[in-house]
Amino acid sequence: MSTSSVTLGKALNMGLRRAMEDDPKVLLMGEDIGKLGGVFRITDGLQKDFGEDRVIDTPLAESGILGTAVGLAMRGFRPVVEIQFDGFVYPAYDQIVCQVAKLHARSRGRLPMSIVIRIPFGGGIGAVEHHSESPEAYFAHTAGLKVVACSNPVDAYWMIQQAIAAPDPIVFFEPKRRYWEKAELDTEATPEPLFASRRVREGSDVTLLAYGPMVKTALQAASAAEEERISVEVLDLRSVSPLDMGPVLDSVRRTGRCVVVHEAPANLGLGAELSARITEACFYELEAPVLRVGGYDTPYPPSKLEEDYLPDLDRVLEAVDRSLAY
Amino acid sequence: MSEVAEPVDQGFEPNPFGPHHDPIGSDPIGTDENPIDQPELIQLLTPEGERVQHPDYSIDLSAEELQALYRHLALVRRVDVEATALQRQGELGIWASLLGQEAAQIGAGRALQPDDMAFPTYREHGVAWCRGIDPLSIIGLFRGCDSGAWDPVETKFNLYTIVIGAQTLHAVGYAMGMQRDGGQGACLAFFGDGATSQGDVNEAFVFAAVFDAPVVFFCQNNQYAISEPIEKQTRIPLYRRSSGFGFPGIRVDGNDVLAVLAVTRRALEAARSGQGPTFIEAYTYRMGAHTTSDDPSRYRLASEMEAWKLKDPVERLKAYLVRSGQADADFFEAIGAEADELAARLRKGTLEMPDPDPVSMFDNTYAEITQELAEQRDTFVAYQAGFTEEASHA
Repeated sequence: MSTSSVTLGKALNMGLRRAMEDDPKVLLMGEDIGKLGGVFRITDGLQKDFGEDRVIDTPLAESGILGTAVGLAMRGFRPVVEIQFDGFVYPAYDQIVCQVAKLHARSRGRLPMSIVIRIPFGGGIGAVEHHSESPEAYFAHTAGLKVVACSNPVDAYWMIQQAIAAPDPIVFFEPKRRYWEKAELDTEATPEPLFASRRVREGSDVTLLAYGPMVKTALQAASAAEEERISVEVLDLRSVSPLDMGPVLDSVRRTGRCVVVHEAPANLGLGAELSARITEACFYELEAPVLRVGGYDTPYPPSKLEEDYLPDLDRVLEAVDRSLAY
Repeated sequence: MSEVAEPVDQGFEPNPFGPHHDPIGSDPIGTDENPIDQPELIQLLTPEGERVQHPDYSIDLSAEELQALYRHLALVRRVDVEATALQRQGELGIWASLLGQEAAQIGAGRALQPDDMAFPTYREHGVAWCRGIDPLSIIGLFRGCDSGAWDPVETKFNLYTIVIGAQTLHAVGYAMGMQRDGGQGACLAFFGDGATSQGDVNEAFVFAAVFDAPVVFFCQNNQYAISEPIEKQTRIPLYRRSSGFGFPGIRVDGNDVLAVLAVTRRALEAARSGQGPTFIEAYTYRMGAHTTSDDPSRYRLASEMEAWKLKDPVERLKAYLVRSGQADADFFEAIGAEADELAARLRKGTLEMPDPDPVSMFDNTYAEITQELAEQRDTFVAYQAGFTEEASHA
C-alpha cells in the first residue's frame, strides 16, 4: 500500500512522473515548465530528473507549442503540452481545432495525434483578466478531441496517466482553484476508466451534475441541503466529451430532477447539451425541466466581483429549490 | 539617414553557404541598391539555357541525370495541365496549379533523401511526384473523394495542409522529434510568399532557431498570394527574414532546377549534420491562377506573364539539353509520348474514380469509435437505408 495525503497539484506531478517513467516517448512542453517547474509547480522537479530534451521550456508562443507538438506526435512521441492559463489557449486554437483534432481522420488513421493539452481552468483565485476562463465548450464542440476535467487529487493522479496513454488527443482541464486541496492517494489502487462519470454522493430528490472546480461546490450545496431535509445526489461528470450518460440517466430516472452547475457561462455551455440529452432520454421521468447554474453571459469580471459571478453554494441551492417547486 | 553598417558576423559558423550570401544591410526592394526586378539570386542555368558558374555552388550531372530531370519537369507539367483541364470539365471541384513552379519543386524534391520528411502546402504536386506518389491520389483530393489518399508515413510526404503556414510548425516539431530519436534525416517545409506573414510561420522560425532543429524552410516566392503581390507581404527580400531569427537565408532562381537542387541539397546536408535550419527563397512565378476559382486577369497584366514566359523552367532545361547535344529529338518525342500516356491514364482514372462510401465519414474521428458516435452512425445507416426502400417502392 502506498498511500499519502497529497494536494491535487502534487498528484498531477506524481502522475506525470509516472507517465514519463513508463514511456520514453512522453515529452512535456510548455512555458516555464522546465527550470521553474511551472507557475503552479505542477511539473516541479521533472526536468532535473528527465532532462531538457524531455521536459522542454518552449518559446512564448502557444500556437508554436501546439504546432510543434503536432509534428512530434506525427513522429511517434506523446507530447503533454501545458497551456499556462485557460485564457492563453486561444492563439493555439487554430492548431488544436484544425490540426490536432483532424489529422487522425484526415490521414485515415495513419497519423497518431496522441497529444494531451493540460489547461488549468476556472476562477476564484483573484486573478486579472484571462486567468479564470472556462473554455471547455469550445473544445467539446470539436469532433476529434476528447475533453476531461479532474476534480480531486485521486482523479488527477490517475486521469493524467490515462490521458497520456490514450491514443486520441485530449484536452485535460485542471481546476486551478483546487490545486491545493488534499486527499489520500493510494498509488497502487486500480483506477476507473478515464471517460466515466461517477456518483460522488447518493441522494433521492434531485440529481446535481458538476465537473472540475464545481464538484466541491456541488458537494457543499448537497450537505447544506441535507440540513433542510433535501436529498441531493451529486455526480462528477469527469469526462466532458464524450459524456458518460449512463450513470447520469440512471440517476435522473430515479430522482426526476436535474440541476447542472459549471463556471462557464450557461448559454451554450455543457449544461445546455446535458439538458438536451437528458430531456430527450428521460422526458417522461422528469418532474421538472433540467436547470442550469453557470456564469453570466458577460466577460469574466474583475476579481473583486468574481464571487458574484461564479456559481456558489447559494446559487446551486436556489436552483435546487426552483426544481423542487415544479 | 544613417549609413549602412559594415557587414557583421551573423554568427552562422561555419556558414555553409559561402561569404557571398550573408544577408546584410537593409535595402528595401525597389531601391537602386536592390531593384525589385533584379534580385540577386543563385543561378546555374540561365533562362536561355546556358550553364553558368557560381562561386559557392556547383552541380555535376551526367546527360542521363539531366535527361531524367527534364522528364520529371515535363511530366509534372503535363499532370498539372491535365488536372486543370479535368477541373474545367467538371471532374474536379478545384485544382491548384503549379504551372511555372516545376523547377522549384523538382529541384527541391530530388534533393530529398529517404530519411527526410517533406511538409507540403496544397500545391506541391511536383514534390509528391518525387516521393513516388501517384498523381491520381492528389486528383482524388481535388475531386472531393478524400483529404489525400497517400500514406504520409510510408511516403515521407505529409498530407496537404490547407491552413496557410500551419505545416511549418509541424515540420519543426517533426525535426525536433528526429533530434530526440536518433533520426538521420531532415525536414523540408514548403510554403509560399504569402505564408511568411502568418504567425505560425514566424513561430516556426523561432522554434527552429532556438532548438537548432534539422529543418529546411523552402519558400516558393511565386510573387502572389492569390491577388496580393509580394509587396503586400514584405518590405525586404524574403531571404533576409531569416537572419532576424538567427539562421542563414538564401535566394535561388526558382526556375533553375540545377540551382534549386544544388542549394537544397546543401541546406538539407547542413540540417542533417546538426548545423540547424536554413531558409531558401526560391524566386519563381505562378504562371497559372491561385486555383481554378481564381481570375488573375483582375489583378495582373498579361505583359508580366509574357516576361516570365521567357524564364520558363522547363524550356530552359530543354534549350540546354539541345544546345549541349545531351538530348536529341527522339528523346523529346519519347517524353511527349510518355506524357500523353500519363495524361490518358489520369483522365481514365479520374472518370472511373469511385465515390467514397458515406458511412466512412464516421471512421477515424478517434482511434476507436466512441459509443455515442457509433450510435449516430447506426442511425445514419438506417436513415440512408430508408431512401433505398422508398426508391424500390416507387
